[in-house]
Amino acid sequence: MTTYEETERNAASPLEAPRQGRRGKSGKKREGQAAAEWSWGRWVVYLILVAGVILFIAPFAGLVSASFQNIDEIFSVSPHWIPHHPTTTGYRQFLNLGHLSTAQRGQGTGDWRWFANSAFVATSVTVLQTFFNALAAYVFAKRKFPGRNAIFMVFLATMMVPGQVTLIPNYIITKHIPLFGGNDIFGNGGHGWLDSYWGLIMPGTVSAFGIFLLRQYMMSIPDELLDAARIDGANEFRIFWKVVLPLCTPALAASAIFTFQAAWEDFLWPLIIISSPDRYTAPLGLALFVVRNQTSWSLLFAGSVISTLPMVLIFAIFQRRFIQGIALTGMKG
Amino acid sequence: MATTGAVPAGAKTRSKPAGAKRPRPRRGVRITLFRARREWSAYLFLAPGLIIFSVFTVAALIFAFYLTFHEWSAIQPYKPYVGLDNYKDMIHDKDYRQSVINTVYYTGGSVPLGMLVGLGLALLLNQPIKFRGSFRTLYYLPVVTPLVAASILWKWLYNGDYGLFNYYLLKAHAIDQPLLWLSSQNLAMPSVILMTVWMSSGFSMVVYLAGLQSIPDELYEAAKIDGAGPFARLRNITLPLLRPTTLFLLVIGIIGSFQVFTQIFIMTHGGPVDKTTTMVYFIYEAAFKFYEFGYASTLAFGLFALLFVVTLVQLRLYRRADL
Repeated sequence: MTTYEETERNAASPLEAPRQGRRGKSGKKREGQAAAEWSWGRWVVYLILVAGVILFIAPFAGLVSASFQNIDEIFSVSPHWIPHHPTTTGYRQFLNLGHLSTAQRGQGTGDWRWFANSAFVATSVTVLQTFFNALAAYVFAKRKFPGRNAIFMVFLATMMVPGQVTLIPNYIITKHIPLFGGNDIFGNGGHGWLDSYWGLIMPGTVSAFGIFLLRQYMMSIPDELLDAARIDGANEFRIFWKVVLPLCTPALAASAIFTFQAAWEDFLWPLIIISSPDRYTAPLGLALFVVRNQTSWSLLFAGSVISTLPMVLIFAIFQRRFIQGIALTGMKG
Repeated sequence: MATTGAVPAGAKTRSKPAGAKRPRPRRGVRITLFRARREWSAYLFLAPGLIIFSVFTVAALIFAFYLTFHEWSAIQPYKPYVGLDNYKDMIHDKDYRQSVINTVYYTGGSVPLGMLVGLGLALLLNQPIKFRGSFRTLYYLPVVTPLVAASILWKWLYNGDYGLFNYYLLKAHAIDQPLLWLSSQNLAMPSVILMTVWMSSGFSMVVYLAGLQSIPDELYEAAKIDGAGPFARLRNITLPLLRPTTLFLLVIGIIGSFQVFTQIFIMTHGGPVDKTTTMVYFIYEAAFKFYEFGYASTLAFGLFALLFVVTLVQLRLYRRADL
């Protein structure tokens, strides 16, 4: 488990470390020796790596290229890696934007709102979960109060249970949330949080695993720091907000990124509770589109590219945090 | 909160020694209450998380367990108690057994392969080479691709008439006629496995890289002085020291792959002839196609039990090998 202090010590992610090290003494030595030993072997390494990258990336390249092709070109005998007649029809049709001919509409259209829904839901889940997790983690790490250990044990004990066990009861619970979706105070009569943003967001706003990780991280913040703030007259929330949270930025960022990624690509839960196309999330819309319009490949490719893009962007921007996060989630034992 | 309400009224009359001890637990209760009141803000902090957790995890778990003893159809108002019938049905359910076999097949294929590819990539990338960061990024890209998008993409690659696989394999004369990847009984599961390996090896690679970098250079230096070649060093230093990493990936990988659903839903729908119906897909169908919530809950507990045992065995084996 990486702790606050460790992260402070080597601020760069574990994988960045050797890059720094290479400039340092030991790194240089290692490089020199390796170069002598791997003079021809190095080329083999490059060769394998490049060949591997081509294999790994070719599907993506094909996807992006095909998303700009019309259906005739997609179905041509030999695959075109570079579109001969680039077109954005697939995108427009899938987002249901711009002027579409009747024939195109007949092929089925997607909806730009699916992506807006996904963005809204994933952002809400991430913000709420990070906040709630941090609150709970802080209390478990730094406060002493009756019942703390018992409650924490319950949180820990549920981490082993796979999500599918609570899937079915949660469907029923979501349906019977009182006073929502036409339900009376006892939760009967309506559809509750089914088919609503509430249902998509709320069950995901707390994670035992996230609380556990953040707690481990917060444990290593020295108590003296908090006491000093207390003596200065800060109230408990202020201590949490102004002292604890800033110190946990690496852990918070890592957990937020993973939460967002998971929320963005969550599929089973939306599939179960959402029924109106207006509220589809991007993965759900795409998946059901495959089922309904088996052959509208140009639209499917466009939709796949759009739903992949935010993840790739986030990864590109926060690459370091991503990799730090993987190290954080238990690599150090 | 162990001492809450510990003093029953009867204790006063029963015996004298008990009477002498009486003040202590009462004081305990009072102190507990006092401390609880003093730390009220802690409960306030905990409240939002705890409420949601209680409803969607604790209550849901208890409810799921309750469901397993009932014939709970989502479309019928009458939901009778059936005792252990659901469990008996599960044990004798041939389709469920098939789904377990399929899931084990999937796991046995995808987890070790993904780890192996990841380890290979990590070893290569751990060399002092140029563009290491770019290589790492490119290999990691499939991991961040949403599963639904990746499944659609691979469904296309596997397409019998227009897919890239058939095109290039035919061109290379590796096959004489187009293969029906996803609709052939023997090829469907390997196809899904291959796609999963593509998706998951980037993750193993990054974790293995982190593991590799925590191995001290001195060990390699010492081994070199002792005359160990590259392969001896790999076998005797690198691999043993990566054991914790391997165990971590194995446990995480198996837990994850037992829950496979999205790929199956999009690429094969469990077919052909249920050859790719995995446990979660089977549970999904039982619950939301046939609306047998009680039975589906029982099946979900079956999955839980299986995962629990598998994880336990792995940790046990690991510990024993460690001694």
